Amino acid sequence: MPELPSITPELQIECEQPQPVVATHATKIESRHLDFFYGDNQALFDVSLAVPERSVTALIGPSGCGKSTFLRTLNRMNDIIEGTRHAGEVLLEGRDVYGKKVDVVALRKRVGMVFQKSTPFPKSIYENVAYGPRIHGVKDRKKLDEIVEKSLHRAALWKEVSHRLKDSAMALSGGQQQRLCIARALATDPEVLLMDEPASALDPASTARIEELIFELKEKYTIVIVTHNMQQASRVSDYTAFFYEGKLIERGGTEELFRTPEKQQTQDYITGRFG
Amino acid sequence: MSLERPRTVEALKERLIEFSLFLCAFASVLTTVAIIFVLFSEAVFGLSGTAFFKEVSVTEFFTGKRWSPILKPQEFGVLPLIVGTLWVTGIAAVIGLPIGVLTAVYLSEYAQPRVRRIVKPFLELLAGIPTIVYGYFGLAIVTPYVIQPLFKDLLGFKVGTFNALAGGVVVGIMIIPMVSSLTEDALRAVPRSLREAGYALGSTKFDVVVRIVLPAAFSGVVSAFLLAISRAVGETMAVAIACGSMPNLTANPLEQIQTMTAYIVQASGGEAPPGTIEYQSIYAVGLTLFVMTLILNIVSQWVMLRFREVYQ
Repeated sequence: MPELPSITPELQIECEQPQPVVATHATKIESRHLDFFYGDNQALFDVSLAVPERSVTALIGPSGCGKSTFLRTLNRMNDIIEGTRHAGEVLLEGRDVYGKKVDVVALRKRVGMVFQKSTPFPKSIYENVAYGPRIHGVKDRKKLDEIVEKSLHRAALWKEVSHRLKDSAMALSGGQQQRLCIARALATDPEVLLMDEPASALDPASTARIEELIFELKEKYTIVIVTHNMQQASRVSDYTAFFYEGKLIERGGTEELFRTPEKQQTQDYITGRFG
Repeated sequence: MSLERPRTVEALKERLIEFSLFLCAFASVLTTVAIIFVLFSEAVFGLSGTAFFKEVSVTEFFTGKRWSPILKPQEFGVLPLIVGTLWVTGIAAVIGLPIGVLTAVYLSEYAQPRVRRIVKPFLELLAGIPTIVYGYFGLAIVTPYVIQPLFKDLLGFKVGTFNALAGGVVVGIMIIPMVSSLTEDALRAVPRSLREAGYALGSTKFDVVVRIVLPAAFSGVVSAFLLAISRAVGETMAVAIACGSMPNLTANPLEQIQTMTAYIVQASGGEAPPGTIEYQSIYAVGLTLFVMTLILNIVSQWVMLRFREVYQ
């Protein structure tokens, strides 16, 4: 691959995205001029997006617009897929997560992820939540018990499962399984939580439950959520970023973006004219 | 479109197709029943006059410590043959199962597609080698160039030209392709989403393999094990050549032994005229072997149902 022309710092500041309208939060994780490729297909074009800490940032856009791909660059989940490559930077508290010395395992411990389809391991409820701490070296039974209880509390699942931690996670309902996956992600004590359409396969009641949970979690975590559901984005998020055809079209405070979008494409999408 | 039944010729054709398919499926049922019938008839019921278990008591058969069907005094204690079979099967399992599983783990989880494309055909080739070649390989290579240098020259044990260890080793190699391809299928059936969930929690590849993929594929791995063990129990030519032909109730795998299958080969070679007890002993041993593999199959079914980690 030919070397990209290096960008001088001045230039970089110039083409930075506009700062968030509500700039009360410091930036936790951000991408700078991020391109992403699956083989020869470019999926992301020059995406620069800053995610403020302890807030919820929603990524919206039609299917195939690159929002999930973008989400998965933040904890390098795309590394698993063969033939992918990137250009540009993803910075977690200012440090490039694609840097040569970065340990992906440590990165993913700090940047957790919840998927669209709930993916409980075919193990007990307890073992699902204890999985993360265990692989990161927690052996003490008491400590594990504590983490499991705390994580299940945070994911608002404790009351429903406290009496049957030894039961298979597969016996839980869809909504419970998804909250279990959230508990499992929280158990490694991440700083950032990535959620890829976490409620799209759930019924309205379970969805409401997850949304409430997201609202509570942002007290402590930085959350980036991909969603197809515009109402959901406006309900749960503080900031919204609109992706279209691999490009970041517009970002801003959720209220402003939905009320007075700057770009025509954003306007068309959120008013349901396409996508 | 008309709702009437199709024309008679077409209906007949359909029926004919269904019936011929049924016949194909029925052939295997018929064969199994016929084999069981013959085994029981010669060994137990004696529809052709006498039967093995009418001459030799079941107790004597299963507790006797000497198997001497031809040389007088005739004795029919099947234990030496069973122990011979167990030696070979045990050694084969110790060698074939771990190597097979680790090969599968490597191919399914670690190997680059290019490496996989090279290794896979070799495994298939290994599976296609006639068992008699394996037997000769055991006798001509494994014993003189592996076992003797190791156990005789280095450790000072007595090693026979024919020995149970050589047979066990070659049968172990023989079952590697089977174990690895069945295990690989089981590993590949574990949904990608489970692996991703594991990685997203900060797992290393090893964590994902050992704590997520292998447990989720457990029932498939166990069934691969049991099928491979059944195969090892039933293996004939390789052990007949590498292990020798002397029934031997021994605790030393460096001695010559005879397995149940090898005895059947030997006895079918013409030394036992039909109608004699020697001849019928073939069926008694065959029946024992059949029951052993049947039990293995039942156990494997049970294990698979009992320990299945169900994933979506």
